[in-house]
Amino acid sequence: MNMETRTREVYWILGSLLAAVSVASVVGFLLRRAKPDNGAVANLNARIRAWWIIILVGGGALLAGRLPIILLFAFVSFLALREFVTQAPVRRADHSALFLCFFVALPVQYVLIAIGWYGLFSIWIPVYGFLGLAVVAAVFTDTQRFLDRTAATQWGLIVCVYCVSHIPALMTLTIPGYESRTPLLMVFLVLITQLSDIFQYIWGKLLGRHPLAPAISPSKTVEGLIGGLLSATLFGALLWQITPFTMWQAAAMALLIATLGFLGGLVMSAIKRDRGIKDWSQLIEGHGGMLDRIDSLCFSAPVFFHLTRYFFSQT
Amino acid sequence: MMAAFIESLLIVFVRLLAGAQARWQGCGQTSEQRIYVANHSSHLDVVLLFSALPVALRHRTRPIAAAEYWTAGPVRRYLIHSIFRGVLIKRKSSQLNPLEPAAAALRQGDSLILFPEGTRGPGGVLQPLKPGIFHLATWFPDVDIVPVWIDNSYRILPKGFAIPVPLLCSITFGTPFRRQDGQSQEQFLADVRSALEALQPC
Repeated sequence: MNMETRTREVYWILGSLLAAVSVASVVGFLLRRAKPDNGAVANLNARIRAWWIIILVGGGALLAGRLPIILLFAFVSFLALREFVTQAPVRRADHSALFLCFFVALPVQYVLIAIGWYGLFSIWIPVYGFLGLAVVAAVFTDTQRFLDRTAATQWGLIVCVYCVSHIPALMTLTIPGYESRTPLLMVFLVLITQLSDIFQYIWGKLLGRHPLAPAISPSKTVEGLIGGLLSATLFGALLWQITPFTMWQAAAMALLIATLGFLGGLVMSAIKRDRGIKDWSQLIEGHGGMLDRIDSLCFSAPVFFHLTRYFFSQT
Repeated sequence: MMAAFIESLLIVFVRLLAGAQARWQGCGQTSEQRIYVANHSSHLDVVLLFSALPVALRHRTRPIAAAEYWTAGPVRRYLIHSIFRGVLIKRKSSQLNPLEPAAAALRQGDSLILFPEGTRGPGGVLQPLKPGIFHLATWFPDVDIVPVWIDNSYRILPKGFAIPVPLLCSITFGTPFRRQDGQSQEQFLADVRSALEALQPC
């Protein structure tokens, strides 16, 4: 496949997404005219407006090339980590550890993607970050709640930087017959994860009867989960042509991505519950914070990356 | 021109660092003259409060600042005069009325930002309040006092560290109030304190 095919595929996907969100905007507009004071409708419209921004920014980066995409995800990691440490039980003595997270660990991780150094990319944060943060925390000799605090910074770094960085890292894979098209793997992953979230929400609203985990996330239902997973799997199969997979492989990958996305949302909700918050921040109107938007991607990205790498990539 | 550029640069920087979400809880962004009283725990507080004000209000709002600190060195002098248009108060003054520059600014129609704790606290808790706000409220009984709580800024740049770390902050504006007739200094300062503490997110 040459460069032109890839760009044509990207335009095709972006065109479809813009068409879909345009339809959603029209529906949202009609709903608002019918029910001007309805809170759920206002929230839906806020979400649709945010989708416009997400699609335009993401699509712009996708067309602009490799480096802008890497920079975009580095910025996403920055915003997510900022939300995470705001809620973490960190103290004055953790200042240096946080500095290292934001201004050393994060940039280096994305530089490693840009230069394609897989060996260090895969261990930089789990080995050096993990050990380094513990050492820095110990050097500052504040032992109060030591494990809680260190674990919180390590968690933040893993979830917000390490996990998220696996999305642009998909571009570093070398798959025979798919060389120039690896950015489409990112599109597949992000699209399936987000569609799964949206369809879980829709099916849950339509058919939801049995709460799944009332103690963690009251809005999740068994019906929503099953409907969401099946819808995402179906979309995965339909999108097989943008992937290096066969149709059945694409469906299986989509099911895996959607399942992990669900579990990621569940785990991140448990953290929010623990911290006593509903949303990570109010960054995106209607969506909450950056982490609320990408919590499912944090879990689906690394597993999708490694499965694709193990079974399909030569590097 | 240059000052406007540096001002926007500072505001972009503080938004990147702190998110700096403004919550106009008890009042609107109106242009009437006000004294904003805020808790103080970080060097960033003035910029945070500035970033929460719309440009039109910002340019009529001047922070009260300690002359000893802000006149030491050319960078600080430039910032406080050209960027923040601060009202400098000498804490250890031989003058009869050290608050006179603040009173002059109010007579000109400017709004003020005042940190009634007088200095940066450790964050999270309010330090004892200085009586300056009581005197201004007595001399200018028609100026609204707006309590402002700046949350979390002490965690961005704790005392003793040179480099800030990104963390989300919010700036909450409460309901305006004035000094009641005949209210004593203690009663009034207690009112200011409880108005501020009421804005603190739990």
